[in-house]
Amino acid sequence: MKITLNNTEETFDKNELTISDLLKLSNFSYKLIIVKVNGKLLRKEAYDNTIVKDGDDVMVLHLVTGG
Amino acid sequence: MTFEEIKSILKNHTVGIAGAGGLGSNCAVALSRVGVGKLIIADFDVVNETNLNRQYFFKHQLGEKKVSALKNNINRINPETEIIIHDLKLNENNLVNIYKDCDIIVEAFDIAEMKQIIIETCMSKLPDKPLIIGSGIAGWGKSNEIRIRQSENLYICGDEMTETSTQNPPLAPRVGIVANMQANTVLEILLNTNHKDEDYAE
Repeated sequence: MKITLNNTEETFDKNELTISDLLKLSNFSYKLIIVKVNGKLLRKEAYDNTIVKDGDDVMVLHLVTGG
Repeated sequence: MTFEEIKSILKNHTVGIAGAGGLGSNCAVALSRVGVGKLIIADFDVVNETNLNRQYFFKHQLGEKKVSALKNNINRINPETEIIIHDLKLNENNLVNIYKDCDIIVEAFDIAEMKQIIIETCMSKLPDKPLIIGSGIAGWGKSNEIRIRQSENLYICGDEMTETSTQNPPLAPRVGIVANMQANTVLEILLNTNHKDEDYAE
């Protein structure tokens, strides 16, 4: 499947992935992240059972301390 | 646009600033200098010696509440900006009420967990309001790694990488870049109503 990940088109072997799988595959290992799927904020509790499909738009951003 | 035209637009707008530290104090000063009409600033902290390496405060203000010290400093630069201050710790319950009448909200906390709270709260309760966050400002150099990304109403300024630590402290130049990038994004939104999302694509 092809998805848009952080504004870049990415291809994955599988046709479906959970957000948790996607974060692992893409090495998003930061402690605090924000995930949006097709523009909607996804709560952490939903990472394991939210399925990403072909054509989805996923944005992952890192929150790091400092200000 | 001339500066007079720019000021005539900005004076009718209100910007909320969540936090009055390195990001918030510098962003607020930049927005006041260019003529934003009203700023709503919240913070619970007092000015500390260790803040002076990056925050818009003066030595004689040590121990003062950050929000009142910042209000005084801004009044000396541009008294035409109305400054509303809230001396309190923001949380998911009070921030909606404080910032609901702003045109744009600037997130200027230091702790990552607080950044998460404001993003989640704004996206669920104030979804139509642009939110500009700062993430990744620590250290020095690597100016080119500081960038801006946009996803609908959410704008992220910073390198999204460098975390503050004793070996990688937040310092005036990089914090100032991100604070001013946040202010610059406010102007872009307020002055350029027809701005396109593609402008921010990586």
